[in-house]
Amino acid sequence: MPRAVSHIAGWLGLAVLLIALPHALSFSQQEVLVFLTINVLLVASYRLLTLTGEWSLGHVVIMGVGAYASALYSKQLGIYVPVSIILGALTAVLVAMVLSYPLFRMKGFYFLIGSFAAGEIIRLLWKRFRDPFGGPKGIKKINPMPDLDIGVYSFDFFEPVSYYYFALAVVTLSLWVMWRIERSPVGLTFHAVHWQDKLAQSAGVDVRAYRTRAFMIASGFAGLSGALLAHYIGTINPNSFDVELMVFVLTWAIVGGTATFYGPILGCVVLSILNEVVLRELGFEQMRPFIYGLLLICSVLFLPNGLESVVQHIMRRRTNVQAAKASRAGDSARYNVEERTEP
Amino acid sequence: MSGHFLHIDKLVMRFGGLTAVDNLSFVVEQGAIHGLIGPNGAGKTTTFNMISGFYRPTSGTVRLRDGVISGLPMHEVARRGVVRTFQHSTLFAELSVLDNVLVGTHMNFRPGIAAAIFGLDAEDRRGARARAEEALEFFGLLDFTGELAGELSHGHQRALGMAVAMAAQPDVILLDEPFTGMNPEETKRMMELMFKLRDSGITILLVEHDMHAIMGLCDRITVMSFGKLLAEGGPQEIRTHPDVIEAYLGGGRHVA
Repeated sequence: MPRAVSHIAGWLGLAVLLIALPHALSFSQQEVLVFLTINVLLVASYRLLTLTGEWSLGHVVIMGVGAYASALYSKQLGIYVPVSIILGALTAVLVAMVLSYPLFRMKGFYFLIGSFAAGEIIRLLWKRFRDPFGGPKGIKKINPMPDLDIGVYSFDFFEPVSYYYFALAVVTLSLWVMWRIERSPVGLTFHAVHWQDKLAQSAGVDVRAYRTRAFMIASGFAGLSGALLAHYIGTINPNSFDVELMVFVLTWAIVGGTATFYGPILGCVVLSILNEVVLRELGFEQMRPFIYGLLLICSVLFLPNGLESVVQHIMRRRTNVQAAKASRAGDSARYNVEERTEP
Repeated sequence: MSGHFLHIDKLVMRFGGLTAVDNLSFVVEQGAIHGLIGPNGAGKTTTFNMISGFYRPTSGTVRLRDGVISGLPMHEVARRGVVRTFQHSTLFAELSVLDNVLVGTHMNFRPGIAAAIFGLDAEDRRGARARAEEALEFFGLLDFTGELAGELSHGHQRALGMAVAMAAQPDVILLDEPFTGMNPEETKRMMELMFKLRDSGITILLVEHDMHAIMGLCDRITVMSFGKLLAEGGPQEIRTHPDVIEAYLGGGRHVA
């Protein structure tokens, strides 16, 4: 019971912190906060894809699909922006479904390269076709979110704070959905497909269907993050979604670690803060790829299980202290198990 | 048509110029423990892989209750009631023992994404868990529920592999060399588990090259040599069959 209370208190504290946060920041930092929120969704969706064991290099382009689709729907077809954002995400799902047919004939390294090629093809299509994608210059003057008054707060989406709250709500809801999926039997099946696809198959799991499913869900949320981005910055072009951003996503995921749900998010937040606060203040921001590369190497060398392993270590020490207390009371469940292992 | 339970009918498997299995036919009766044995390279594992859907046979069919299952992908074969285990200890080593068996319940409690998000699958989850615990209890693994599968002892890992298969509630379990690397004590316990499994109504087909382990276990034995059927019968017949003795001791007659 006290555990549940401290849980709720923890989440409430986090919520208050996230709501109060933008008011403690400068205008440019508020803008960065919006990007960070969107990137959290991007990297979390990337982890969902990696659950089945496949790492894609096309994820950022899929994000771009959501961005382009939502921008075009609102601009060309005059669709109400919140609706176009959802349609943009669904378009990303659809594109992922089509791509899954050729891509999931491959596994592992081949899938990685295949996904890169597929992404580049999409990016080249944006560049090649001025109509409707705007060619290399991309799409400008994308419709912003319309102002919204919900009584307690009136949103003016040119203000980063307003957009941050909007993005925060969307991202929170998305993370909750992804969490529910991962914690469900579907999520267990994703893990099963990752660790032993043959054994999963012998239990009746359609491995390819599950890989496709993970790819489609992940792409949907990546598309959603792209759509959020498009309607915030108002202009997108093919280079907004190039391989450099993809490398950042990979770096966030690897530095954070992908064994837990929060690992990649942790990586994204920590590296973004590092980048924006430290590098920008020092005037190093042009060196971001260099610093990221260095961090990546360092984390592979010294922290192979990512930042999440540090958190897990701290958590385990805390539970070990509790377990030690419990075992002194003589009711450690673990002890009983070991006793029965003896033949 | 044939009225047999599991009917392997004129199976042929060629790899390039090599005929690994040549016109093999035999029948597995319902509720039996059926052994498929033969010297190394006899084509047992290839046959096994064709029955389980791992390979698509060059020609011939496998029928379960008159439904053709050969040529289907492995998960489709599993859904029709034939579930295989793997050599060695192929498990989800990184997952808990319970989660391993829960994957086995996949077919009976097909997970759905929307139901999972909105929490509408509570009943299925409870059912799957009950089913998984039942399978764990059957194999005496209930005490290890929370352990990682990779950390179990060798014998327990083998039992877990069978528990995963059993959780799928198949009609037939295919066991691929279940006694490899086991000491006599573990072998004895494994045999008891197999009898228990058979008594619960599941038909067992196992591939093994160790003659001795199989003699006390099987109701019926099919012996293969060089891709062909060599002999078939009960343990007593097989033990004294001159062709079998020759194949195992290495006579010259069956070469080429």
